[in-house]
Amino acid sequence: MLSIKNLHASIEGQEILKGINLDVKPGEIHAIMGPNGSGKSTLASVLAGRDIFEVTEGEVTFQGEDLFDKEPDERAKDGLFLSFQYPVEIPGVSMVNFMRTAVNEIRKHRGQEELKSSDFLKVLREKKALVEIDSKLTNRSVNEGFSGGEKKKNEIFQMAMLEPKLSILDETDSGLDIDALRIVANGVNKLKTKDNATIVITHYQRLLDYIVPDHVHILYDGKIVKSGDKQLAVDLEQHGYEWVKKEMAL
Amino acid sequence: MATEQDKILDEVTKSDYKYGFVTEVDADALPKGLNEDIIRQISAKKNEPEFMLEYRLEAYRKWLKMKTPNWAHLNIPEIDFQDIIYYSAPKKKPKYESMDEVDPELIETFNKLGIPLEEQKMLAGVAVDAVMDSTSVKTTFKETLAEKGIIFCSISDAVQEHPDLVKKYLGTVVPPDDNFFAALNSAVFSDGSFVYIPKGVRCPMELSTYFRINAANTGQFERTLIIAEDDSYVSYLEGCTAPMRDENQLHAAIVEIVALDNAEVKYSTVQNWYPGNSEGKGGIYNFVTKRGLAKGKNSKISWTQVETGSAITWKYPSCVLMGDNSVGEFYSVAVTNNHQQADTGTKMIHLGKNTKSTVVSKGISAGKSQNSYRGLVKVIKRADNARNFSQCDSLLLGDKCGAHTFPYLTINNHSAQVEHEATTSKIGEEQIFYCNQRGIETEDAIGMIVNGYAKEVINKLPMEFAVEAQKLLQISLEGSVG
Repeated sequence: MLSIKNLHASIEGQEILKGINLDVKPGEIHAIMGPNGSGKSTLASVLAGRDIFEVTEGEVTFQGEDLFDKEPDERAKDGLFLSFQYPVEIPGVSMVNFMRTAVNEIRKHRGQEELKSSDFLKVLREKKALVEIDSKLTNRSVNEGFSGGEKKKNEIFQMAMLEPKLSILDETDSGLDIDALRIVANGVNKLKTKDNATIVITHYQRLLDYIVPDHVHILYDGKIVKSGDKQLAVDLEQHGYEWVKKEMAL
Repeated sequence: MATEQDKILDEVTKSDYKYGFVTEVDADALPKGLNEDIIRQISAKKNEPEFMLEYRLEAYRKWLKMKTPNWAHLNIPEIDFQDIIYYSAPKKKPKYESMDEVDPELIETFNKLGIPLEEQKMLAGVAVDAVMDSTSVKTTFKETLAEKGIIFCSISDAVQEHPDLVKKYLGTVVPPDDNFFAALNSAVFSDGSFVYIPKGVRCPMELSTYFRINAANTGQFERTLIIAEDDSYVSYLEGCTAPMRDENQLHAAIVEIVALDNAEVKYSTVQNWYPGNSEGKGGIYNFVTKRGLAKGKNSKISWTQVETGSAITWKYPSCVLMGDNSVGEFYSVAVTNNHQQADTGTKMIHLGKNTKSTVVSKGISAGKSQNSYRGLVKVIKRADNARNFSQCDSLLLGDKCGAHTFPYLTINNHSAQVEHEATTSKIGEEQIFYCNQRGIETEDAIGMIVNGYAKEVINKLPMEFAVEAQKLLQISLEGSVG
């Protein structure tokens, strides 16, 4: 589904990603862990198409097509979803209106008809229940005045609405208390199918108790330095990043 | 990065005016230029009583001694007032019994604007007094209104049929020597609307006028007078579009509102006159004096405007809160794009006790435009317990445009509570990217963000107007979308 080969990217001339290789197949959950500044969020942003980063080398294909040929909105329409680490507020634009526009854009792209209001509201209710989001939130403006936890839940709600092929969760667990963490993780698990894939970017092993990864990768200084199964996350939690550094003789 | 975003903003904000067309209707016009003889001819053509001619001549003599105002944050090219035609009426006289008699070209024009009269007639609750150039062409719903004693007609008809009312109120809110453009209008005004709501009557429908500037080189000098007697209510809508032109066109209108005891007048405007092309050529000069007098106790006057057009806008709909407990409101969205200039705002003059005013102004600047808010809040010595809240927000698209705020406060009573809030924000790259990531294209994202920003004001508009206003915001900022 996603194939990253030797990806290099920089911001304002400073190289952040220094040759990433990663393959993600349908039905898989990958966890990417790493210390602050290792390039985790940059990787997510580059894949989603944030133009403040410059791709200097390497290639990425998504469902067999060159990802960098496409604008950010086209990538989203193709089924790439990013759960933002810091979701943006858009005052005056209601969640309902925002989601309806997004859902219909994506449906149009897939050659489906736009949803009628009543059908849309039905889907909205179902998905809200699925991810246990407070019904009041969808009546408010996009992320405006939401607490940190509400913003993250709202990201998962949007993921549920848009039914992406590949979801990238950028530190979705940061700033969440244990109850919110459970709700968010449950949402992600419920949305899991054999056809879609998830990349979980996180600092801590905690989230991976709830979302169990098939593969764990450790990102350090712009490169994946170690890959393994879920045990790797446990080891990392026990020994810390210093252990990786020593092990890899970095 | 920043340049990439600028490029996108450039593309989506460089949209050309969508209503650029000219209707070929034979116009019966006076020669160019202005002098006492021209004014006498205008008055004679309109069969006016003596008092009207005297009013015009006096205004003209005052105007001769006045100068164009230059305090606004505007760059106004010199206007040759002798190079303007001051009177032009469609040749075929109005007063049609049925639509069949109306010039087909005219109907076509309305069709292009998406407001065919036939449909308007059927649209429950909307009476249309269509003003084409200077003479009223068609007035509908007159009879329904007449049953309630409501008068809704052209100001020319009012001068003929209700001279006492006109004589009593004309110029009492905006005196002829109020300012340069008001004096000019008072001397040469051609037509406009007249509304009279009798005591205790709640007008059952929105009264609506579509203005349109048409004949080449014709300055438009509309005159509107709205009188709401005790315990009455009316909501009035004004909407405009104009055809594409190369020459600059002058427009200097006056709107006067009088609200007596417990009366409420709501005045809504959606203005979309030709702003000039993307290089800044052509476009309407819009110098308007709009003022409401909340004369009676507990009276209320509310201005709501969505301004997207004109090359130059100079406009300050104001409220004089004379009656005790009277209320004034001003809600405004002003969009400037390309080379447009707008200097707009309001004046809230608190004269009575316990008077209250609210100002919400949302400026949106794009392209190389300049957008200024200018507002005055004045509380006189005997106006105890006056309250004002003003909120002025500016939104910038790109980095070549300007937004300015000029608040003036004159407070002479210690019990007054006056609050002013102002913000300036740039449309965020992060907001656009967030929308992109959900599958929404940049153009649509900008339209969505801008409409969200202006929502507080748009929500104040009557329903069908709000939809039109939202479309206008998209059209004026988004190129192909609309």
